[in-house]
Amino acid sequence: MEKPVIATTSLAGCFGCHMSLLDIDERILELIELVDFNKSPINDIKTFTRECDIGLIEGGCCLDENVHVLEDFRKHCRILVSVGECAIMGGLPAMRNGIPIRECLEEAYLNGPTVRYTNNEKIMPNDEELPIMLDRVYPCHEVVKIDYFLPGCPPRADLIWNALTALINNREMDLPYEVFKFD
Amino acid sequence: MEQQLASILDKYQHNPLRLMDILIDIQESAGYISEEAVGYIAPELNISRADVEQTRSFYHFFSKKPTGKYSIFLNTSVTAYMMRRNAVARTFEQEAGIPFNSVTRDGLIGLFDTSCIGMSDQEPAAIINGKIFPNLTPFRVKELIRDIRAGKSMEELVVEGYGDGENSNEDIRAVVNNNIRKIGPVLDPRYKPGEVIWDILPKLTPEQVIEEVKNSNIRGRGGAGFPTGMKWELCRKAKADEKYIICNADEGEPGTFKDRVILTERPKLLLEGMVIAAYATGATRGILYVRHEYKYLKTYLENLIQGAHERNLMGNDIAGIKGFNFDVRIQFGAGSYVCGEESALIESAEGKRGEPRDKPPFPVESGYLGKPTVVNNVETFCSAVKVLLNGGEWYRSFGTEDSTGTKVLSISGDCRYPGIYEVEWGFSVNDICEMAGAEDIQGVQVGGPSGSLVGPGDFDRTLCFADLSTGGSLIMFNYSRDLLQDVVLNFTNFFIEESCGSCSTCRIMPVLLRDKLKKILDARGVKKDMDDILAWAEVLKASRCGLGQTASNPIISSIRNFKHLYEQKIRRGTEYDTGFDLNMAMQDGMAATGRFPVTQS
Ligand SMILES: Cc1cc2nc3c(=O)[nH]c(=O)nc-3n(C[C@H](O)[C@H](O)[C@H](O)COP(=O)(O)O)c2cc1C
Ligand code: SF4
Ligand code: SF4
Repeated sequence: MEKPVIATTSLAGCFGCHMSLLDIDERILELIELVDFNKSPINDIKTFTRECDIGLIEGGCCLDENVHVLEDFRKHCRILVSVGECAIMGGLPAMRNGIPIRECLEEAYLNGPTVRYTNNEKIMPNDEELPIMLDRVYPCHEVVKIDYFLPGCPPRADLIWNALTALINNREMDLPYEVFKFD
Repeated sequence: MEQQLASILDKYQHNPLRLMDILIDIQESAGYISEEAVGYIAPELNISRADVEQTRSFYHFFSKKPTGKYSIFLNTSVTAYMMRRNAVARTFEQEAGIPFNSVTRDGLIGLFDTSCIGMSDQEPAAIINGKIFPNLTPFRVKELIRDIRAGKSMEELVVEGYGDGENSNEDIRAVVNNNIRKIGPVLDPRYKPGEVIWDILPKLTPEQVIEEVKNSNIRGRGGAGFPTGMKWELCRKAKADEKYIICNADEGEPGTFKDRVILTERPKLLLEGMVIAAYATGATRGILYVRHEYKYLKTYLENLIQGAHERNLMGNDIAGIKGFNFDVRIQFGAGSYVCGEESALIESAEGKRGEPRDKPPFPVESGYLGKPTVVNNVETFCSAVKVLLNGGEWYRSFGTEDSTGTKVLSISGDCRYPGIYEVEWGFSVNDICEMAGAEDIQGVQVGGPSGSLVGPGDFDRTLCFADLSTGGSLIMFNYSRDLLQDVVLNFTNFFIEESCGSCSTCRIMPVLLRDKLKKILDARGVKKDMDDILAWAEVLKASRCGLGQTASNPIISSIRNFKHLYEQKIRRGTEYDTGFDLNMAMQDGMAATGRFPVTQS
């Protein structure tokens, strides 16, 4: 049987969820036996080179680029999983959701204490290479259909491991309260 | 002002553990708790300003700004809406000339919403300056506002005459009614206060008391159903110089009001139960934690405790038992459902924000002030007295195999006889409907919002821990009700309002679930929305306490038991649609950075 293929990405996240994935310690060797990785920061493959079985998404969408990446993942992955609070709910970046984006940008580039006296020309970065900020941070499921959600900030390594092996082996997850309890 | 604050601080010996009482007194005397008051009391209590601030900002009945000479808190519970709350609220707004959650310009009247106040059998009800005004009608509201404007006193505002039973006691004098419809062995009026303490306790060792309670198989009546004997035993075995007994009379679950009736009609039974628990566990101090909404019972309860001391049922060498000392103080809450959770309750009794603690350790190991503490529901203590009086064997003759004894139910909603019923465990929902005169019933909410909404297909299921578990709240809905709009949405809003905000899951997920529900109610929902709700609800199980863990129950149990109501509103043919529009989402960001011309749509 062909090995299942996994892709991962970090959108508006802190990479903590990816760190947690690495935190499965020596089981990473077992994982490599079980699956192949495609597009992912873990192996630095930048574009999809084949269709994947499972896409793990860290972070929500705060930029148009995040939306494009996420849509790409939806296109190439049979199953998409929101990993961590940022992907599920927007998480910390969504703290800005109550504030209009113009105010956020002005604070960051024009009025904040570190830029107020230095950005004399009052420039907002606007190179067309730069992605565009969205009006708020969107959880992934508001942009594309998400199949599963793994809670936690980050979800514990055991939880990720558990979920991945359950998905790969097509069985129910074994989830004692201690594994995913809030604190 | 300072003089008044100083005398309040003196009353509580400048003890920061009594911060709740101090703030309650300030709120009551000044009508609010000002910045200056906070600044004054913090150093006096030797705590930081932030410590005072966080307690003040946590509770619904504490306010930073004046709440009006007459502060009117109108209940938002589902039964209030069923009994025409909307018309009553509109009349309040019209007559006072202000919208809810504001105060008239002359500072005379403040109008506020408040979560269930434990009067579901006599809604819509409001609290005005601590007094309860049940069964409101638009006419009565006009009368009230007119009398307030005419400068009448709080006493003069009451025109209905006092309620039944002890509600007319001169220490209570409330318009509230008990509505006791069915009495069983626990509420039995032939009870002789103090009998067990005087005649039975002296003959038993604490271990024997625990043995008898274990033998009865009583399980906690607050909802979770933990075996009471085991709890007492764990506390007995915990080593400590001091132990505490706490009675949980926070009763915040919407639709529950049985503890209010027990506090009114059988308070001595409850206090006797606390004394027995103290004897069994070796505790020397007790706290009766009562929700703020029942503050009208304050004098009455205080006098009863005083009376117990006079009769040597509390105090030192109780009932002549050498070295058996126990005293109870009353702690009022200040408006917070989560304070019914035992560890949040303990935090609150220590003068802090009512945020649940991480567990373990459980209170029996480390509770009030870190000492072993038994927290039990009002009814649990009452049942324990009867167990000692008549024996565990006798108690087990009532109820079912796994749920022994009786349960005091609070029944409200669409039925002819709302009120209190003490029944044996094991009655079916059908039996209860018949008893309460409920006909043409579409659904029954068993156990309040944190319980489940069941439909006629489940009406032959029985009330017991193994099947339909309940802390006692049953709300009936007939076919004229829109279950999703009127009930499920209301309950979900309740959890959003009452979350303590500690866990991100509980702070955010119920809001997302509500948005999904609203989307479905607006006929914009698709199949995926229902699937998402079911999947997301699981996330809530990660929450620290029962509030977050059950916050999705209204939605989940209604999807399970009333699927057709959802399916009627779901758009067919579309699997997935959130209405996300990338171009719209980019507009503001582009305009702010001047990226390229934006065409306003
Ligand atoms: C959010 C929340 C609210 C609660 N409210 C109450 C309450 O009002 N009264 C109560 O007795 N128990 C309440 N409980 C249950 C208590 O945490 C605790 O289990 C109970 O007081 C233990 O007493 P028992 O064993 O006699 O039932 C609540 C629990 C949660 C999670
Ligand atoms: S969920 Fe937590 S760990 Fe994961 S990306 Fe977000 S902030 Fe980082
Ligand atoms: S589950 Fe909700 S109410 Fe309970 S501790 Fe967490 S945030 Fe607070």
